[in-house]
Amino acid sequence: MRYQFDWSVLWSGQTGQWLLQGISTTLEISVLAWLLAGVLGTLSGALRTAGPRPFSALSAFYVEFFRNVPLLVWMFFWYFGIPLLLPRLAQDWLFAHGAEFWAGMFALGVYHGARFSEVIRSGIQSIPKTQLEAALSTGLTVTQAYRFVIIPIALRLLIPPITNESLNLLKNSSVALTIGVAELTFQTRQIETYTAKAFEALTAGTLIYLVLCLGLSAFMAVLEKRCAIPGLIARVTPAEH
Amino acid sequence: MDFSVIANNFSFLISQGLLGFGKFTGGTLRLAIPAIILGFILGIFIGLGRLARSGWVRVPATAYVEFFRGVPLVMVIFWFWFVIPVLLGVPLPEYTVALAAFVVFEAAYLGEIIRAGIQSVPRGQVEAATATGLTSVQTMRHIILPQALKNMIPALVTQFIVLFKDTSLASIIGYVDLTKAAQIVNNREIRPFELYLFIAMVYWLCTYGMSRYARYLERRLSHA
Repeated sequence: MRYQFDWSVLWSGQTGQWLLQGISTTLEISVLAWLLAGVLGTLSGALRTAGPRPFSALSAFYVEFFRNVPLLVWMFFWYFGIPLLLPRLAQDWLFAHGAEFWAGMFALGVYHGARFSEVIRSGIQSIPKTQLEAALSTGLTVTQAYRFVIIPIALRLLIPPITNESLNLLKNSSVALTIGVAELTFQTRQIETYTAKAFEALTAGTLIYLVLCLGLSAFMAVLEKRCAIPGLIARVTPAEH
Repeated sequence: MDFSVIANNFSFLISQGLLGFGKFTGGTLRLAIPAIILGFILGIFIGLGRLARSGWVRVPATAYVEFFRGVPLVMVIFWFWFVIPVLLGVPLPEYTVALAAFVVFEAAYLGEIIRAGIQSVPRGQVEAATATGLTSVQTMRHIILPQALKNMIPALVTQFIVLFKDTSLASIIGYVDLTKAAQIVNNREIRPFELYLFIAMVYWLCTYGMSRYARYLERRLSHA
């Protein structure tokens, strides 16, 4: 049997609608999870470098436990495991209000928060101590030294690894299909199931991810060049994918 | 909360899910170990291709890396799952599909690590090797690769940890790895909290062990 191509499934009627909904859900869950990961990562990353002992230990536990377990397991844990601990009423309410989206968002955000934390920690640690000492010796207060010297340097050094991690988050949002979040990969599969046009559906999904990822990384590369500190080639080594 | 579900299904979860002995073709390690070895071999070619002088080799190798780093692994698995059987005209078992997808996907990441490792070897080494009369293949084999390999060991171990975690995604197409084994048990017992927490700890023990080892290697190699 020869395979019949029919690209029109990508833009016609119901299936075209699904694809658009998939894109918007992927972006929604990624942006929300990114915000959560940013807050968790910055907090725990900073606490690990400068916090008091119990807080730094807690952050270390958070980072080591969450980033060393597969995201898929966290998805199942947040979606199937956690609601069972809640009272019956809260469970009913959750499952009537898109529990899978929120569970997926939490799984993604908490997992990537642990990875952001590592990036931010290594960024802070990569700034030589002499920078702070020099800033203080010119008469700046500690707050001023952080505000005008340390943080501006750290942010610029962190652009490449943060970009890398953010793209990982976007790609990893595809794992949320396992708990039924109707994001891009889920919709791609749904189109395949309904129309049996696997090739067209997967091509569309793949190209959309590629455009999102390559577009974002090209944009960030321009930003990185604009913000580059002259004479400095030290980059924080990017984390794994 | 009732953790006896773990004790009752311990042997299924560990021997079937993690190791791959049992009625199903499965096992996290049975997928992870060949995927790492084959992915590394393909990665060497990709990494060397990225550094080739000829554009006919360099451009496709670069495109390969950029492509696979811009696409989610789940997508790659679906490609292999839905499209390869159509092209070949025969259905493929989950194991083959998963293994092929992992090797192809991870080779892009491993190739980048290998490229960085090769580039970390100082140019003077190559010049000295050429001066003593070694051919370029001999230089690569005896001078560059041994030093490059040493430099990239920490990054390689980290990537192996990532691959180990990624194998959980093979459960999406029905491969019975540790995650799928927990799902199977959960379908009967309905104890998701206990089961998923347990396999999280099993994964954690394996990956944390590997990451400690990576840190140890890093420290030892930086002194050498």
